[in-house]
Amino acid sequence: MNKRANVVIIGGGISGCAIAYNLAKKGVKDVIVIEKDYICSGSTGRCGAGVRMQWGTEMNCRLAKYSIEFFERANEELEYEYDIEFKQGGYLIVASTEKEETQFKKNLELQHSLGIPSKYLTPKEAKEIVKHMDESKIRCATFCPKDGHLNPFHATQAYANAAKRLGVEIMTYTTVTGIKVENGAVVGVETSKGFISTPMVVNAAGGYSKAIGDMAGVDIPLYPERHQILVTEPVAQMQGPMFMSFSLNIYCQQTPHGSFIMGRGDANEPKDFNINSSWSFLEEMAKTCCELLPPLRKLNIVRQWAGLYEITPDRQPIYCESSEVKGFFIACGFSGHGFMFAPVTGVVMSEIILGEPTSLPVEKLHKDRFLRGEEVYEPSVV
Amino acid sequence: MEVRSLRLDDYYSDNTIICRCEEITLGEIRELIRKGYRSVDEIKRISRAGMGPCQGRTCRQLIMQEIARFEGKSLSELKMPTFRPPTKPIKMEILLGGEKDE
Repeated sequence: MNKRANVVIIGGGISGCAIAYNLAKKGVKDVIVIEKDYICSGSTGRCGAGVRMQWGTEMNCRLAKYSIEFFERANEELEYEYDIEFKQGGYLIVASTEKEETQFKKNLELQHSLGIPSKYLTPKEAKEIVKHMDESKIRCATFCPKDGHLNPFHATQAYANAAKRLGVEIMTYTTVTGIKVENGAVVGVETSKGFISTPMVVNAAGGYSKAIGDMAGVDIPLYPERHQILVTEPVAQMQGPMFMSFSLNIYCQQTPHGSFIMGRGDANEPKDFNINSSWSFLEEMAKTCCELLPPLRKLNIVRQWAGLYEITPDRQPIYCESSEVKGFFIACGFSGHGFMFAPVTGVVMSEIILGEPTSLPVEKLHKDRFLRGEEVYEPSVV
Repeated sequence: MEVRSLRLDDYYSDNTIICRCEEITLGEIRELIRKGYRSVDEIKRISRAGMGPCQGRTCRQLIMQEIARFEGKSLSELKMPTFRPPTKPIKMEILLGGEKDE
């Protein structure tokens, strides 16, 4: 089978589907999304599903604000037949060290300058928002009522279905095996279902995006890292916001369905593609959770899983056309936040691909920032 | 006396609950299959079937049968869904270790 396309997008997660939708909406024909398994089978479908405006760099704040404002109207704009289940219960982010408190005050100043309605809370005020918290463990907290979470499967399907209605072809169970480059420009993609000739390829392959870059001879400075999550049985609604701490290493939210979802990072995690679950995660997660949110100790854990972050040196995404290979576009390096940035990813990548001015000043997220030493480090990541 | 063999359809209807934990009916599963969700993992993600306390012990097999029937395949031709730990639900406090053991 030989095919032709104007744009081939590699990766059927929410980023790839959002880019496809935005291209098709702008009238681009013959857009193909290639996904090695099924829609949402990779990092998107494994993520913690939280979305927040409370970031530590101006860029991440602006990307998140733009995206959350889209999620607020996504059901209508994408004409989705179900519901993306967007719940804005806020994020309560707690500080446990002096250093963290200082950082949070800086973050608040930045967030307020960008019109983000976050606020400073004492431990007592924080406890009024999450009543089952042990406030003796924290120094202060910040809260933004616009933050929240949504269903990653439905959000991705909403984009995928809207893209398909506009003529996008989504090839599932199809693996990319090579990218053909001639005279410094992309000419096609080799897949398990044949060759697709195309002048433009978008790398939205999440945890596998470095390997995809290698196929085109483009070095992308990021590495994959496993992050694990568990989910409990559902109980009556008791926690409105996401509860999060960077220093104590936890994020924990109650979904509209009633179950609690929680995760944490591991500083000793090897840089590889492993997405198996570990027993030590359950023990460490349970310990952290029960210390901070004691009543949750009575909950049954029903399932655990893992997915990949793809982490860049400054923990901000890469949006650009490669300077090495013409027609090779990069939308990856989300460092664990690709799901929440998907709406802005879709918009700015479609603009970069079409050579239009971008809605946000994302030229600062060009991959070459790492060569020029112009990266800005994001401090607020679990 | 007339003897006839019983068929699955004599027992199941679209209103039959297939996933007891999440109360998903056979009709809902069939609709998703018609819409193109053709594996247990995809149906699980979009409908929550198999995400409850029993982790799909009952519904997984039944959903696979429906997919097989729709696609005219045998069960052995279908991809097995992912089985995730823990095997049985476990209370968070049990994982806290033995500090309180005498």
